[in-house]
Amino acid sequence: MNHWPFIIAAYAIAIAGTLGVVLASFTAMRRAERQADALTRRD
Amino acid sequence: MHIFANPARFLSIARPLTPWFGWVGALMIVVALGAGLFVTPPDYLQGESVRIMYVHVPAAWLGMAGWSGIAISSLMQLVWRHPLASVAARAIAVPGALFAAICLVTGSLWGRPTWGTYWEWDGRLTSMLVLFFLYLAYIALSSAGAERGSNDRVSAIFGVVGAINIPIIHFSVEWWRTLHQGQSIGLGGSKIDPSLLWPLLVSTLGFSLLFGAIVLMRMRALLAQAKVEARLKRMTAE
Repeated sequence: MNHWPFIIAAYAIAIAGTLGVVLASFTAMRRAERQADALTRRD
Repeated sequence: MHIFANPARFLSIARPLTPWFGWVGALMIVVALGAGLFVTPPDYLQGESVRIMYVHVPAAWLGMAGWSGIAISSLMQLVWRHPLASVAARAIAVPGALFAAICLVTGSLWGRPTWGTYWEWDGRLTSMLVLFFLYLAYIALSSAGAERGSNDRVSAIFGVVGAINIPIIHFSVEWWRTLHQGQSIGLGGSKIDPSLLWPLLVSTLGFSLLFGAIVLMRMRALLAQAKVEARLKRMTAE
């Protein structure tokens, strides 16, 4: 049995999942901190 | 730990630490996975499929370490009422669940060419699946608590009680000697050949640093959201 399709699938899932959570966390952080900064400036 | 009870003090450390953890972790992952795919030799028994270990083992470690983090944070929330403890636990839950899922999927992809099956109701596999479901339940509970705006003791208690599963996962390969192999790395050393071992250590450290960056980013987002909500409430009251 050729192992490489299984290896490529495992790496693709791990990398896509990790990148996805990094991007989601980064955008959520940036959006929330910008909102907080905007409110602070208004005061 | 009480030094970080002040969110402003925590943020003054978390802000510079986040990019360092993120970029150093990402660089280590690239080096380790590159070596795991193209440099290390195939295993004499498993063949090429051994390369899946470089993503599977860090994911398994982070799935378990994540819940340990939730349990410690929940205990700090219940005992010392640490103001950042529930924020930390909520920040860990989603990446912890993701890495538990990656562990299960990559393990299945390793199992098919090695064991001849994607899934077996083996002690290690089943207890890891239970951990994934515990994460989903914790996310649902803590989200409901956050919507109510309560201190959310229920999810904290759930976080502590769910930690029972961590030693079950760890010792499952000794208690039920079924399909999953026993421990390869312990305090006494490693059974893995050094030519295969070093990318695994670099990959595990790299993923751990990136996990730290993810948790810090999620904590910063939760703290900023809480700040916005508090300010909007005050503005409405005025």
